Amino acid sequence: MFGFLARERTVAGPGFNRWLVPPAALCIHLCIGQAYALSVFNLPMTKLIGITESAPEDWLLTQLGWIFSLAIVFLGLSAALFGRWVEEGGPRRAMFAAALCWSGGFLVSALGMQLHNIWLVYLGYGVLGGIGLGLGYISPVSTLIKWFPDRPGMATGMAIMGFGGGAFIASPLSVSLMDIFSSSTHIGVAETFVCLGLIYLVFMMAGAAIVRVPAEDWKPTGWQPSSQPKKLMTTANVHVNEAWKTPQFWCIWVVLCMNVTAGIGVLGQASAMSQEMFGVTAAVAGGIVGFMSLSNMLGRFFWASLSDWIGRKNTYFCFFILGIGLYSLVPHTGSLGSVGLFVICTAVIMTMYGGGFATVPAYLKDMFGTKYVGAIHGRLLTAWAVAGVLGPVLVNYIRQYQIDSGIPKAQAYNTTMYIMAGLLVIGLIANSLIKAVDSRHHLAE
Amino acid sequence: MSATNEGKTSGLHLLLAWGFVGIPLVWGLIQTIEKAMKIFV
Repeated sequence: MFGFLARERTVAGPGFNRWLVPPAALCIHLCIGQAYALSVFNLPMTKLIGITESAPEDWLLTQLGWIFSLAIVFLGLSAALFGRWVEEGGPRRAMFAAALCWSGGFLVSALGMQLHNIWLVYLGYGVLGGIGLGLGYISPVSTLIKWFPDRPGMATGMAIMGFGGGAFIASPLSVSLMDIFSSSTHIGVAETFVCLGLIYLVFMMAGAAIVRVPAEDWKPTGWQPSSQPKKLMTTANVHVNEAWKTPQFWCIWVVLCMNVTAGIGVLGQASAMSQEMFGVTAAVAGGIVGFMSLSNMLGRFFWASLSDWIGRKNTYFCFFILGIGLYSLVPHTGSLGSVGLFVICTAVIMTMYGGGFATVPAYLKDMFGTKYVGAIHGRLLTAWAVAGVLGPVLVNYIRQYQIDSGIPKAQAYNTTMYIMAGLLVIGLIANSLIKAVDSRHHLAE
Repeated sequence: MSATNEGKTSGLHLLLAWGFVGIPLVWGLIQTIEKAMKIFV
């Protein structure tokens, strides 16, 4: 019955154009990128009973914060656990499963809101949706690398850019849908979740239908692999179970974790930071967050494409060296009262946050080969799950500690920024330790 | 080693596929840019 999902049914014929694969990947990543826009539901979800203002029985923001955290944790866990299943079964089966989990998560959550049962929302969006996120995130990555051996960074950058762009669509769409479904007696969040779930199901299934894998002996017309062996670009393959026994895997894990921890801390606090540091209005702060999200998305394509030219290791050196300087500069923008300089610093930081996600699949491909790159990438995403908890916790708790110690709110982020710069120093050291994988780890082929 | 003839997928297929993802993305981008422009208001 599900024979059409099998890898062998997705092998492209001789006339297939590889430029159909990025839109298939984008169908998935644009949908799961909604996770970045979940916060638009925060306030409405605290008024499901009270409608105009929160009633005592309504959910609290602290309860709702767990939905996103759970989704990111399950993203990391499912990507790590099912990475090999995704790699072996091919992208269509993984995309199909991701579509069912992701849209199913929305429907279960909608039921949870209708019954006002937070545990159903945790189960729906957090667990089921989180599994959909993990499967969907890794499903097109190795396929794109195989279709674009000449530009692996650019290819994965395109897909992962979609994850950053998904929030741009989801945020205004969710607001419009809630406007349509809300009334004086009803807030319309559950109906919006049902609509989003169905829209995402259609989009993701379209991606699963379009996607193809290249034939075993396929290569781009006119392209020849470089005859000059490069030090950090292997032609061998490392098995997924062997990869995580290598120091290189753990160095890249630290590199990703430090880059994401620093970036996620700033992204999550940008609105409050700009209001408290510069006294700007909430609308202007929203504009700054929008500008940062734009930088996050564009950085994914820019840096990943650039990494095809300057190499992955050098790209991460750029992130860390530039990042250390910029994070250290942010407190001075506050003392100078320069919003413009603050926006420029945080925008560049955000390009490197996004760029870190988008460049890492090609880094793994360079180190461990293409055969198990999807599964290895899945295991590496546990770094994201850790950073998703570590980044916001560091920023929130240090800020609160500073305020409790009597430091003015405008200066409460200074220490955090220097700590973030310190995390990037750890990332810089880990990146400098990365060398080619020892040949004893290579698969015999 | 077989090299593919990549010209066989029709241009219409490519246009439809890219339009399917491109139109919503451009719509979302415009919404976000409008929001970001509030920095300069």
